[in-house]
Amino acid sequence: MGNGTGIGRVRGLGSARHGAHHWLAQRYTAVGNLLLVLWLIFSLLSLPGLDYDSVVLWIANPLVAVPMMLMIVSIFWHLRLGMQVMLEDYVHDKGLAFFSMLLLNFYAFGGAAAGVFAIAKIAFTGVVE
Amino acid sequence: MARSNSRPLSPHLTIWKWGPAMAISILHRVTGNGLATVGALGLVWWLMAAATGPEAYATFIKCATSPLGYLVMIGITWAFFQHLFSGLRHFVLDMGAGYELQTNKSWSIAAMVASVLVTGFIWLYIFGKAF
Repeated sequence: MGNGTGIGRVRGLGSARHGAHHWLAQRYTAVGNLLLVLWLIFSLLSLPGLDYDSVVLWIANPLVAVPMMLMIVSIFWHLRLGMQVMLEDYVHDKGLAFFSMLLLNFYAFGGAAAGVFAIAKIAFTGVVE
Repeated sequence: MARSNSRPLSPHLTIWKWGPAMAISILHRVTGNGLATVGALGLVWWLMAAATGPEAYATFIKCATSPLGYLVMIGITWAFFQHLFSGLRHFVLDMGAGYELQTNKSWSIAAMVASVLVTGFIWLYIFGKAF
């Protein structure tokens, strides 16, 4: 085992055995996004209007609220994985890299929670006068 | 990762002649991170506004239908389809196909053209219906 290059330091140690998970999850959520965001776009284009009442009545439908929640989870999971790769490539300072991962996790979980909560509230309470 | 400064580095970005495969690769990252920030925040804002009530929703609609709002929405539409088509290209590459120089170049160009065309069709449809 050498100590010059990155590959030299890890050669002979074997696989960490969790290298494929990130890659696979990125692709599962990519397929989820592909189906669910296209569904959202076609739905928005075919709605009679995008005013408050039309949108809230549409989202309150269970067959809309459930796929919409799944879409939020898929989107925020996918963006968490994708932004992680971008930050790993560009943020070299160790402390800053740790801090950026912390912020990314707050953003991904916070954004997903906000989205799912908003859909749930619309589904359970409907139009607010 | 810590790296010994005495080791040589391979030639980087500045030394290569630009081609479609390089353009679509960096566009995948740029559009992905654009969607992850502007796109995702816009989507959550829209849902939160609808969940809050008519006044919050009216504020969202006012911002979204301003000139800047339309520019952002058209940009997000293009970024989404660019990321979608270059993502589909990644699925093909993941299977080990499409690495021949000419094939790779053709599909890279096709994905970039397709994203602009689909964005154009969608917004022509929206503006055609509105006016």
